[in-house]
Amino acid sequence: MLENALKGSRRYWGWIAFLAAVIGIGFLCYLRQLHYGLGITGMSRDVTWGFYIAQFTFLVGVAASAVMVVLPYYLHNFKAFGKITILGEFLAISSVTMCILFVLADLGQPMRMVNMILYPTPNSILFWDLIVLNGYLFLNVIISRVMLDSERKGLEPPKWIKPIIYLSIPWAVSIHTVTAFIYCGLGARPFWLTAILAPRFLASAFSGGPALLILLCLILRRVTRFDAGKEPIQKLALIITYAMAANLFFVLMEIFTAFYSDMPEHTIHFRYLFFGIDGARNLVPWMWTSEILGIVSLVLLIVPSTRRNESILTAACAGTFISLWIDKGLAMVVAGFVPSPVGNVTEYWPTAPELMISLGVWAIGFLILTVLYKIALTVREEI
Amino acid sequence: MAVDRRNFIKITGLAALGGAAGKEAMDALAQSEAKFSPMDNALHGKRWAMAVDLKKCKKDNGCKDCIHACHSVHNVPDFGNPKDEIKWIWREPYEKAFPDQENEFVPDDLLHASAPLLCNHCDNPPCVRVCPTQATWKRQDGIVMMDWHRCIGCRYCIAACPYGSRSFNWRDPRGADAEGKPYIKEQNPAFPTRMKGVVEKCTFCDERLAKGLKPACVEGCKQAALVFGDLDDPESEVRKLLRENFSIRRKPGLGTQPEVYYIV
Amino acid sequence: MIYDKEKIVPGIVVFIVLFTFPVWYNLAFGSGEGAPKPELPAQEKQCVESKEYMRTQHMDLLNQWRDAVVRSDMRLYLSSENGAKFEMSLTNTCLKCHPNKTRFCDQCHDYMAVKPYCWDCHIAPTE
Repeated sequence: MLENALKGSRRYWGWIAFLAAVIGIGFLCYLRQLHYGLGITGMSRDVTWGFYIAQFTFLVGVAASAVMVVLPYYLHNFKAFGKITILGEFLAISSVTMCILFVLADLGQPMRMVNMILYPTPNSILFWDLIVLNGYLFLNVIISRVMLDSERKGLEPPKWIKPIIYLSIPWAVSIHTVTAFIYCGLGARPFWLTAILAPRFLASAFSGGPALLILLCLILRRVTRFDAGKEPIQKLALIITYAMAANLFFVLMEIFTAFYSDMPEHTIHFRYLFFGIDGARNLVPWMWTSEILGIVSLVLLIVPSTRRNESILTAACAGTFISLWIDKGLAMVVAGFVPSPVGNVTEYWPTAPELMISLGVWAIGFLILTVLYKIALTVREEI
Repeated sequence: MAVDRRNFIKITGLAALGGAAGKEAMDALAQSEAKFSPMDNALHGKRWAMAVDLKKCKKDNGCKDCIHACHSVHNVPDFGNPKDEIKWIWREPYEKAFPDQENEFVPDDLLHASAPLLCNHCDNPPCVRVCPTQATWKRQDGIVMMDWHRCIGCRYCIAACPYGSRSFNWRDPRGADAEGKPYIKEQNPAFPTRMKGVVEKCTFCDERLAKGLKPACVEGCKQAALVFGDLDDPESEVRKLLRENFSIRRKPGLGTQPEVYYIV
Repeated sequence: MIYDKEKIVPGIVVFIVLFTFPVWYNLAFGSGEGAPKPELPAQEKQCVESKEYMRTQHMDLLNQWRDAVVRSDMRLYLSSENGAKFEMSLTNTCLKCHPNKTRFCDQCHDYMAVKPYCWDCHIAPTE
């Protein structure tokens, strides 16, 4: 089955070579970072988490979103998702791998990472995150492998896989909940100290992830003989619509609570994001872009005639994805650190090596995704 | 999550039991308690705390004696930029140090004063709660300790600290700038430096207490504005000071119970 | 079953032989020359533990010392060799008798190709 990844067209190998080149550059930059220290990034004494941890947080959402195809297909026997469920699971595998790599890239002493296992510390949310992320990776590898294998042999999947599939459903919710708990349990950071963070994370995940999945299906339709079909894409679009509506609603609730109470320590971070404070306005244009893209995309998704038009749907999915990436993959982590606990406003912006390392990790994710999709689609063609 | 000696031995004992060493390890263990001991002149406390008498401290607001005393004995590097800055004790203007004290009108001298800030050695430390490797923990005597051998540099503790008391080694503190000037001007060979990629902070000079010495900042302050002692001892100097003076703490609303008190 | 067994098995054998060649070579022709001779203190004759113990276990001892000092606030070590007490400190105890890190520590460590990171933080005396 795996050997299918080694037989491909010239275009396939060209794409692999391109990804390998990006990974190579990223790896060289990572070696630089290992040598110089994390000071090579834009992070500072005041903003101690930046792009890496933000990518990690965003990608946990993409990984969790696989449940949006797994749940209807396996739990409600929604047949239309039969063709794309494996694509969702493979997306989860590549996203979780990227998550783990981003955490690794962010550690000051990565060679000591085993200390988390040698000295397990249940009172630390990071410990639980390690468990749920690796567990989720493991579950998805097992499930996708067994299901694809039985599909290839034309057999019924073994009975023991059912409970594992059911387990993967709450597990997907858990990975993003635990990731939200990393942030929302810190009295030191009022911006994150909100009970709605986990629901908001899940809502944004369940719109951003499936939006990426639709885009991937449309790309596959162009470059391969695989066609996901109209119905699953329309169903996914509906899921994105509801999740995105919930996400924007949650954001408005946060903004209302902060500004109606008018408590400075809660409003100041939003002020920083949307208007800037003390002349620090790095994120302001990004945040407005994110909000406007989000709202426009949601309108396009809600109106049935635009949602059913596949080219408009593509734009809406891209808009949703970019909007959520800015919100979670750029702004949300940084805003928690600005201003600092003593009121200092220090701006953050990723440096070139930091961006190259991040691109390298993304390229690893896409490489895994490409190889897995190649295997799955070749198996399907052979049946 | 304090790991005292008994717990330490218990844990190592269990680990040894789990291993193949068996009886031999247990024998070695029985001896190990006697093998390690504190120094005879070590200072012992049950609840170490510090009182900062701002009335004395603000007499000379530009004074950096405590900072120099601490940073030179602990090999704290100076990178010459705020991005990479490492500080164990530093000064911050009154309103930044105490954002909860929102009074528009306070005595002029206080308004223009700055307070020396350091790790609060909280009774309920959020940094300890979040550390995934127990590289930071609370000792039985109240000191929030750091094990720089254990720290993986995830910086979760920095995100959790409401006081900005923790610094990260963004670069190698042993290095030197473009002109060849070392970041640590004069190394104190009796104390280690840190390596890049770990978090550091004030430890109430655990290494000096163990030898019967008071913290370096306390000794370095010519105004005697810093008073260190055991809050559990009603006769201690800190207790006396806090009994006779009104004091405030930083961000008390967070429930961290800081053990650094400021007499205003 | 293994495909291409006739190619794979000899390949593995050749790899193992090449990989372990330095070991065989040294056993057969090695003279033991270049073996480390760590410099021992001129005055002090007694280490915290016996020479044999220190030779093989010093890394474990240092690990114990580290945890005892940093994590349990224990500062003194009772020698099982002679009942004397020593301050548990790499810089202030070990290197007091062995002030030359290059000729003491590094000799063996270089020979064994181990790179302990003690010196990333602990300051070695100037030589």
